[in-house]
Amino acid sequence: MEHRIRHLSTYSYDPAALRIALRLKLFPVDHEGQQVESWKVTVNDEEVSPLVFSDLGDREALWSSHEAIDRLDIVAEGKIVTRDTAGVVRGLPGNAPPGIFRRVTDLTEADKAIRALIADARQDDRLAMLHGLMGQINERVTYLTGSTSASTSAADALKSGKGVCQDHAHLFIAACRAADIPARYITGYLKPDADSDIEAPAAALQAQGQSQSQSQSQGSDKSDGQSQSQSQESGPLLETHAWGEAWIDGIGWIGFDPSNNVCPTENYVRLCSGLDAVGAAPIRGNVLGETKESLEVSVAIGQSQQ
Amino acid sequence: MGDPAGPRRPYRNVARWIEKTGIDLLNMRREEAEAIFRRIGITFAVYGEGGDPERLIPFDMIPRIFSAAEWRRVSAGVKQRARALNAFLYDIYHRGEIIRAGIIPEHLIYQNEAFLPEMVGVEPPGRVYSHIVGVDIVRTDAEDFLVLEDNCRTPSGVSYMLENREIMMRMFPELFARSNVAPVDTYPDELKKSLAEVAPPACKGDPCIALLTPGPFNSAYYEHSYLADLMGIELVEPGDLFVDEGKVWMRTTRGPQRLDVIYRRIDDDYIDPLAFRSDSMLGVQGLFNAYRAGNVTLCSAPGAGIADDKAIYIFVPDMVRFYLGEEPILKNVQTWRCALDDDRAYVLDNLKDLVVKEVHGSGGYGMLVGPKATKEERRVYAERIKADPDNFIAQPTLNLSTSPTLGEEGLSGRHVDFRPYCLVGADTRLVPGGLTRVALTKGSLVVNSSQGGGVKDTWVLSE
Repeated sequence: MEHRIRHLSTYSYDPAALRIALRLKLFPVDHEGQQVESWKVTVNDEEVSPLVFSDLGDREALWSSHEAIDRLDIVAEGKIVTRDTAGVVRGLPGNAPPGIFRRVTDLTEADKAIRALIADARQDDRLAMLHGLMGQINERVTYLTGSTSASTSAADALKSGKGVCQDHAHLFIAACRAADIPARYITGYLKPDADSDIEAPAAALQAQGQSQSQSQSQGSDKSDGQSQSQSQESGPLLETHAWGEAWIDGIGWIGFDPSNNVCPTENYVRLCSGLDAVGAAPIRGNVLGETKESLEVSVAIGQSQQ
Repeated sequence: MGDPAGPRRPYRNVARWIEKTGIDLLNMRREEAEAIFRRIGITFAVYGEGGDPERLIPFDMIPRIFSAAEWRRVSAGVKQRARALNAFLYDIYHRGEIIRAGIIPEHLIYQNEAFLPEMVGVEPPGRVYSHIVGVDIVRTDAEDFLVLEDNCRTPSGVSYMLENREIMMRMFPELFARSNVAPVDTYPDELKKSLAEVAPPACKGDPCIALLTPGPFNSAYYEHSYLADLMGIELVEPGDLFVDEGKVWMRTTRGPQRLDVIYRRIDDDYIDPLAFRSDSMLGVQGLFNAYRAGNVTLCSAPGAGIADDKAIYIFVPDMVRFYLGEEPILKNVQTWRCALDDDRAYVLDNLKDLVVKEVHGSGGYGMLVGPKATKEERRVYAERIKADPDNFIAQPTLNLSTSPTLGEEGLSGRHVDFRPYCLVGADTRLVPGGLTRVALTKGSLVVNSSQGGGVKDTWVLSE
């Protein structure tokens, strides 16, 4: 399937920020299920190219402002062709040993309840176990926009029984790691299905925003990104989405999306990965100057004429 | 000293000098020396020890002396260890052969806080991660030197090695005229050479090197400015640097100057708010990615700290065998890991004879010295071990060697340890000397300056 994607993030600063530095992980890479035909990232119309090709399989770019600035338009756009591989992700660049993805982070620490999730799943067959786990999470944690925040841990999400795709992914990852299975967090795009049970993208976007601003003069005065309106772009609206990937010896990395209880199909475009949502944040910023930041994100995905 | 056979051979010259000079005069000269230290402002704590940064560390005027033969052994052992530690770092940030070989359990590395996943696959110039390895060594008998711990991040204290020597030479020139003491003042040149050797391959001509300090409020600021001065390189603070087009620039009065090598004395967590702690005010935005892109070299490499983690320490002799195919010249202190059932049982049964440390602790804090602890203290500590066994290791109380030390009542033996500073660039270099720390309290085994330790000049005699 051919996707035309335009992912726009607009940050406004009032008053203008003195200096802004960005780390961008907005560069999808080829694997067997996805081919990047064309892709371009710009910040305020200035094209940005990847600086680092990490062995974890991602590309990262830096951008910084040279003067005071009150608005950032970050656009990632291009054409990507996907095909269904039953969720299996092969042929990514990078040679990181999978064992690294057993590393537990603050957001993916397993408590008793999470360990119970994986203990309840079938133990004889890893693949079946992970499908069972995905279903469990989908059932136990209701998708509810705005019910959690970017800093909600997997354990807290399970306790509350509500969450967004970030929470589902964190839970999946935490449970996998508790069972000694390497797992990682994926940020990407999803072309919505007619029967998708996910409503609005706003909460997921907020979780992905991950912009941290600070004031040089006043210590760490954080103003979290506020994500609001959807854009008026033509084409069906899409969200930046999040899911998990788990490693199974003999098969490799396999995607699992507990929010939709499916393994990623050709509707999924994989953008970047990390140990958790913080590591897989497509945009991370550092802002100097006392300023209030607000964020608007829109992702438009259109299917090309075949 | 105090041995019926008289002072050990390397000390004979100094013993004659002490006798000739007399204790009273020596005590007077010590006060003189301390006044000089205070005037030039050497008042910082040794790495990770905490405590009052403005405190003057007491200086003992009787040097600690290595014979040429002893030094050959120590030197070969330290260099061997520094090479093995760097080989280990390269391995765990690439294929992880030592894990695959079953020598070190995977979780001790990948779950370790000091391990940086973002460093995987990065190729540091010369495959060097730890460019200055400080190895803390003690002696327990005439034969053996044991390694207490390694310091692979930014070991400090080398300015003491240089200053202690300078003061001794200034105050007792006649002593040096008579003894054949190897010089240590080549250290800044050797350090600069090592830093230049690890410049990015793309850097042509003389690399531009700077020392990055957190600033004057850091307890080791004196050392930072002292070393930068001796090397003839810029001393910079984070605000002096910026990253543009993936390269690192230093602001100067003549405009921005491209930097090739940064000897950084700021911890990983704080070097780049875009990569690590986002609340860091000390960092340079984008520095880590500029490093990963190969546009600048950071010394030490981010993530080098895992090599000096106490949980990893016990495997260093295995690293020497695995990566170098050699037998370790320096031994480790026997160490029990409380994470292992058998070891833990032994430790809990023998607490009164052991020293127990927290894996991630440093500076002698949070440790239990079994023989000195009360029954109640041992009981409370045992509960802590049981609650979090992975976090504790135990070692025997060592019969540390003593070195003659000057006190009010004359000379007496005090326990010492020793930290040489091994430099790793294209070559592995070791200046003949280091920092000798001495426990000034009689019978004390703790040499940390935060707990009543002092320093001595360290002599390596030439043949």
